[in-house]
Order: sequence, then structure tokens, then C-alpha cells
Amino acid sequence: MSVIMSRRDLDFVLFEWLDTAELLQHKPFDEHTPETVASVLDLAEQLSTDLFAPHNRLGDLQEPSFDGTTVHVVPEAGVALKAFAEAGFVAAALPEAVGGMQVPASVFSAALSWFHAANAGTGAYALLTTAAANLIAHHGDSRLRETFVPPMLDGHFFGTMALSEPQAGSSLADITTRAEPQDDGSYRVFGRKMWISGGDHELSDNIVHLVLARTPGAPAGTRGISLFLVPKYLVAEDGSRGERNDVTLAGINHKMGYRGTVNTAPVFGDGAFQPGGLPGAVGYLIGSEGSGLPIMFTMMNEARIGVGLGATALATTGYLKSLAYARERLQGRPVGTGPGSPQVPLVEHPDIRRMLLAQKAYAEGALALVLYAARLVDDAAAHPDRADEANAVLGLLTPIVKSWPSMWGPRANDLAIQILGGAGYTRDHDIEQHYRDNRLNPIHEGTHGIQALDLLGRKVLMDQGRALGLLGARMADTVQRAQTAGGPAAEYAALLAPRVARLGEVTKGLAGLDDPAAVTADASLYLDAAGHIVVAWLWLDQLLAVADKDGPFYDGKRSAAAYFFRRELPTVDPLLNILAASDRVTLDLDASVL
Amino acid sequence: MNIVVCVKYVPDAQADRGFDESDLTTNRESVDGLLSELDEYAVEEALKIAEAGEGEVTVVTIGPDKAADAVKKALQMGADKGVHISDEAIRGSDAFATSLLLAKAIEKIGAPDLVITGMASTDGTMGVVPAMLAERLGLPQVTFASELTVDGDGVTIRRDGDTASETIIAKLPALVSVTDQINEPRYPSFKGIMAAKKKPVETWSLADLGVDAGAVGAAGAYTKVLSVTKRPPREQGQIVTDEGDGGSKLADFLASRKFI
Ligand SMILES: Cc1cc2nc3c(=O)[nH]c(=O)nc-3n(C[C@H](O)[C@H](O)[C@H](O)COP(=O)(O)OP(=O)(O)OC[C@H]3O[C@@H](n4cnc5c(N)ncnc54)[C@H](O)[C@@H]3O)c2cc1C
Repeated sequence: MSVIMSRRDLDFVLFEWLDTAELLQHKPFDEHTPETVASVLDLAEQLSTDLFAPHNRLGDLQEPSFDGTTVHVVPEAGVALKAFAEAGFVAAALPEAVGGMQVPASVFSAALSWFHAANAGTGAYALLTTAAANLIAHHGDSRLRETFVPPMLDGHFFGTMALSEPQAGSSLADITTRAEPQDDGSYRVFGRKMWISGGDHELSDNIVHLVLARTPGAPAGTRGISLFLVPKYLVAEDGSRGERNDVTLAGINHKMGYRGTVNTAPVFGDGAFQPGGLPGAVGYLIGSEGSGLPIMFTMMNEARIGVGLGATALATTGYLKSLAYARERLQGRPVGTGPGSPQVPLVEHPDIRRMLLAQKAYAEGALALVLYAARLVDDAAAHPDRADEANAVLGLLTPIVKSWPSMWGPRANDLAIQILGGAGYTRDHDIEQHYRDNRLNPIHEGTHGIQALDLLGRKVLMDQGRALGLLGARMADTVQRAQTAGGPAAEYAALLAPRVARLGEVTKGLAGLDDPAAVTADASLYLDAAGHIVVAWLWLDQLLAVADKDGPFYDGKRSAAAYFFRRELPTVDPLLNILAASDRVTLDLDASVL
Repeated sequence: MNIVVCVKYVPDAQADRGFDESDLTTNRESVDGLLSELDEYAVEEALKIAEAGEGEVTVVTIGPDKAADAVKKALQMGADKGVHISDEAIRGSDAFATSLLLAKAIEKIGAPDLVITGMASTDGTMGVVPAMLAERLGLPQVTFASELTVDGDGVTIRRDGDTASETIIAKLPALVSVTDQINEPRYPSFKGIMAAKKKPVETWSLADLGVDAGAVGAAGAYTKVLSVTKRPPREQGQIVTDEGDGGSKLADFLASRKFI
């Protein structure tokens, strides 16, 4: 059995819980069948096992290096990414019209989880490329679409997202990179970016940077930001590689984890190269001036689901590896047995089981959350009449989908290290790397704190709390079905319902505060509480899909649900208490006393 | 050029495989099955030949319902059509019966120019079916090919031995078995997966092939597994610490196990 992902659990979520077979009867997904989905998952397992997992550690130990001109990445990454593109994974989820295969987001996410888990560092190049190609396909003009999308889909060009700058990370409104219009309709881009993943390497023939910049005279703040396509090499009319563009690196960052993905500080337009005899990086406007951030944000739901998925995948593989270890490693004896009796596997100790069950509850809860969100993306596409509701719920859930797995995934990896004991602290075992890799997830794509502000400051309060009401209706439906089902489901419904109600009251209370700073001062606590309540709801809903099915797999689901309801859900109460009391200890703090 | 590739659906070699206790046949229920890895080389070689010129690749498999997966995988890689031979009475067949069924199926498909097989299955690993099949079909057999070229009306193969490499030619039609050195099998792709849905797969029974049930299965078998013994559980490994004498310690270990 694979220790990368659990195919059994993916099949359960897709087919026994989310009823993917039903989804596949609707356009635009009706070319697919449960059989083709199974083959896609087989293919993901095979490629990730054969080509991605084997160099996961190598990519970490031999992190990319920069010799002042060229970035060197282990060649195994190139081989794996080539096979990934050739199999059609870069293009899979895109619409057919741009050369994609229209694979549902839920199915594609399930398939991608294998690559995240097998080798997060190498996988990132491909995922960035998919995201960038998707953006150009949707928002680029026909010339940009025709020139750049096909070679990105077949793996010859890779993509990046160049948003952050040294002085502007969370606050993108403060970026200073500028773009000056030229007579031929193109722009010249000048400025420094920071933290750009995949910003330079020799893995592909060309690199397509999507760069946020300001045009002359643009208004301050986010409304003055535009989006540009800036290739590392210009592309000639016939598609061949042209002149080197004025894009270089100031250097690369040396990270705690995710080392396989080179992280760069690119410099645009400092004259190192002079395309057409002039300094300045040639860029092409995507959309209209000033629409840069809204365009970026159309991709954000998917990107954030992607981060949640990555965190989930790393949590899952850590769980599976620590479980395999705990079944083999003999250590100690059960309480009450004498020293003469044989030692037992770790898995026999209740404290080890606690750590395994917690990981299972986090990892499988996170998988349910991520694939549920991806399914909302699919529902909106498959049922235009219900798209409005699905999108509202998705928008509300997105900060949770990004952040909950990112919080609890590293926690799961931490427990996995603990199960291995000393071995877990060594580089002989994968888990310490999973932990380091996973620790990125609460930081990029909007930090935990920024997601919390998005959830409480925007999403729940927007449209008089409409989205929260729609989510509440979905939860109420599950609770009602659980009450009808009786047994443990009804027992858990009785634990969930009052907390959902309490979250609603706390939200109202916060919304009614006079001091706007007080509303969101503890947004992170709100995100944590709301996240646990949402995941509890999805555990209950999964339990209803388990129903009275027999066998160890279903008993495992029942145990994890019991764990989550009895031990995790109650932890939201103290958080809700703090929020209800509008406690001002952090707000009123005089920072000079720290 | 019409090419037939014979493929087998086998229990995953990575899994803990076993035998059915009642009749000592391979247990195909408890472990996941897949297209035998050694047969992927045969499929790849056929696809390469077909792609280089005009040609059609038909894959044939014998096995229970789930064996259709082996055909499906080959179709996803790019083969054009499939034949799945399935019949309750086939259970327990040996290599003689297998070659008989394949021969009948290939005759029914219609005289191919080339029959390609893997060098052995990863479960039975007898490696005799190609030779038996060639004999039944009256075709020249050129086996264990690590390189294969088709030109005009002949095939040329390279067979690597311990001391020499032989170049062997045969006239078409011929049967070639290929080794795992011959190529790097492709993975299926999304396009291949979608295309495979629409490719024809026929399922044939013994009656369709005109084969008598007594000639196959356990009843018709010339060979029989008499007993099986489970491999002893894996022992704790032994760590050799290199204090300048790691090499000789390793040599001592191998000698103690009679490997050298
Ligand atoms: C490995 C890695 C890869 C990355 N890849 C990319 C990439 O490919 N492209 C790209 O554009 N960027 C990328 N980033 C950048 C990433 O998105 C930023 O690091 C992130 O947005 C945070 O910005 P910052 O690092 O400047 O931190 P800061 O914005 O300085 O934040 C520091 C802390 O302050 C908090 N904070 C900031 N503002 C507020 C506020 N208003 N209220 C409350 N708290 C606040 C944050 O939550 C955080 O805890 C990457 C980063 C890393 C580490």
C-alpha cells in the first residue's frame, strides 16, 4: 500500500461521499466517466511514485544554487516535470477550447494530491505553470493566448506569479514596480520582486512571469495595479525563442523547506539585457490598466484551494508513514505486562494511537474540506442556475480551505515526528522534511492572519452575512439528516448544532462593535474556531456517507469522526468565549512594553 | 503492419502476493492487479513500430473480469483495439493451455504480421508461452529481443547473452518476445485515457474460440503446483559500520550466506 496518499480515501471522498458519478453526467464534464477518473488517479499514483517521490529528499539536500548567471536544479526534477506535462497534467483542468481536458477541479485536486505528497518542491513548478496558463487563457488577448498558452501546456514554458516585493508582501497595495507604455502597445517593466517561486531555472525553454506593476499616473492603492506578462526570452512571430529579456536575479532565498522549488528575488529592467537595444523588461498588459488585482483574484480561489491541498497531502503522507512505522517498531509493553513478555509494536500504546488518530482526523478532515471546495467550483460550472449559491459558499470557505489544512497539516507532521521518536528527528526519515515543507503553507498565498481578516473582515460580513447564511443552511441540512440517522451521527449533531449557533451569535456580536479595529483584532481566533466547526460539519457529513457500511476502512472513519467530535470540536469553546467577551488585551497593548 | 501484443494481468509484484489455499493457484482476489510490467515493453515496442509506419496494434489478454484492466491500460498507452478472453473454465490453466487460447485468438483476429510478447510474466515467470505460441502458430520465434527493427518483410533482433550479443533475423510474419532492456515504456496520458474509452474491446469465451473446456483449466493442465511454502518473515537488517574495514565485513557477511 502506498504511503504517499490513500487511494482508498480518495475514492471514498470522490465517489461515496461527493457523488462524482453524478457530477460527470453534466456538461462540461460529461466526457468523463468514473472509469476515466479512476485511470487518471492511477496515472497520478504511478507518475508520482516512479518519478517524483524518488528525488524528494535529493531536491531538499541539494537545494537549487545560483552561480550569478544560472540557477541549477537537480536534473531529476526536469525529467519528472517533462513526464507530468507529457501526460497532460498541466492542461488537464483547463477548458477544452484552450487545449485542456476539462477535468473537474475535484478530480484534478485528488490527482494532484499525489504530486504534492510525493514531492512538494518539484510539483510546485508545474502547479505554478498551470495557474499562470489558466490566467492567460482566461484574460490574455488572442496573441498572448496563442503565443504562450500552448507551450506552457506542453511543458516547454514554465510560469511564475510575481506579486510580492521586498516592501510589499501582505500589503500588495504598496508595490512599486512600474510599467511604462511603449509606442507599439507593449510596456517596459522596472522594479524588484521578492519571494518569486520558480523565478529562474533551466528546466524549461522559457519562463513566463505574471508581474504586478503600476503604470504612470495610476491611482494609489490596489486600483492602480496592472498585470503584465513578462517572458524571460521574447518569443518571435514563428514561436521560436528570441532575444533575452531584461529580467535577472538579485539572488535566491535559502529556505527552511520547499527547497526543491527555487525561490528568487528577480530584478526587472536594470539594463543587464537590452532587448531591442533598450533597457527595461518587455511586458504585455493582461486585461486593462488598473485591473491587475481583480484578475489575479479570479485565480485566487483555485490557488488557495491548491495551498490547502498541498498542506493536506503532506499531512496525509506523514500520517501514512508514521502509521507504517508504528506498526513495525517494537517498543515497550502494554501497561500491566511483565518484563518477560515480548515487546509490542508502537501502535499498541494508547498515546501513540492518540497521535495517529489525531493525524487521521486532521488529514482526512482537511481532504474532505479541500475536495468539497473544489466540488463547489465544479458545481458552479455544471449547474449555472446554482452557481451563485455555490460561489457564495466557496468564497466564504476559501480562507478556511487555505488556512485550516495549513494550520493542522504541520501539526499532523509534528505528531508524526513524535511517533518516530529519535528517528523522526533525523534526516533518514522523510517526516522532518514534510514538516519543514508544510510550514510554508500558513505563510504564502496570504498569511494565516490575512486569511483571517479576509474571512471575518470581508466574507462573513459581506451582503448582510448572506454567505454565512447559505453555509448555515447546508450545515443545518446535515444536522437534520444526522438526527434522522440516529446513533453516533445524532450524538455528534447535538455537539455541532449549538456551536454553529454560537458562531453565528459571536459573529453578530463582533459585527455590532463600534470600534472597527476591535471587530477583527482576534480574526485569527475566529478563523481557527470557524475552521474547526466547518471541518466537524464535514466529518458529520462523511459519517452519513459511511452509514452502516462494514469493514476496517469504515470503522476507521467512524473512529476519526468520534475523535474529532469528542476531542477537537470542544476546543472551539474557549476561542468563542474570548471572541464573545471582545477581550482587548492585544488591542490595547502598548507595543513599547514588549 | 498488423501487430498483436499478448499481455497478462498479474498481481502487483510490490504487494504481498499469495496462493489460493483451495487449489494452489495464484490468489488474484486479495491484491490489486495490473498490466504485467514486462508486457509494457511489448506494448511500447508495438506502438513504436506502428507509429513509425502504418499499422494497427491489437492487445490480447486472458484472465478474469478484472483482467480487462490490462487491456485498458494498453489502449490508454495507444493500442488500437483489445480482445479479452474470459471464461470460468480457464481458471487454473497452465502454459500449454494459455498458448492454445492465445493461438486460437490470434487466428480469429486474423493473420498478423508480427506477434510481440513480454519475455515472461511477473507472476508465473516461466517464460515459455512465447515459444509455445510460435510453435502453435507456425511462426518463426525470435525471443529475448533487446533491440528490434522491422524492415521490409523481415525483423532483426539483438539478443544479449552473458558472453555475446547475437543478431538474429527472421521473416515476417514472426513472433518476438522482448526484454526490459528494449525501450522505456510510455505512461498513459489524459488524451490516451479519454481516447481509450472509444476503442473497441471484444470479450471472447471458449465457445467463441472453439476450444473445448477439457483442454484448458486445471483439468487440461500438464503441470500442477503440489505445495507452496510461505516465505519466512523478513528479518531485522544488520547494520555494518565502516571503520575502515567495511568492505571486508560486507564480504564476510556475503560469504557467511554463501553468496560468494
Ligand atoms: C517560500 C515562499 C514562496 C513564495 N512564493 C511566492 C510567489 O511565487 N509569488 C509571490 O508573489 N509571492 C510569493 N511568496 C510571498 C508570500 O506570499 C509572502 O511572503 C506573504 O504574502 C507575506 O508577505 P511578507 O513575507 O512580506 O510578510 P509580511 O507582509 O511582512 O507579514 C509578516 C506578518 O505580519 C502579518 N501582517 C501583515 N499585515 C498585516 C495586517 N494588515 N494585519 C495583521 N497582520 C498583518 C502577517 O500575517 C505575517 O504574520 C512566497 C513566500 C515564500 C516564503
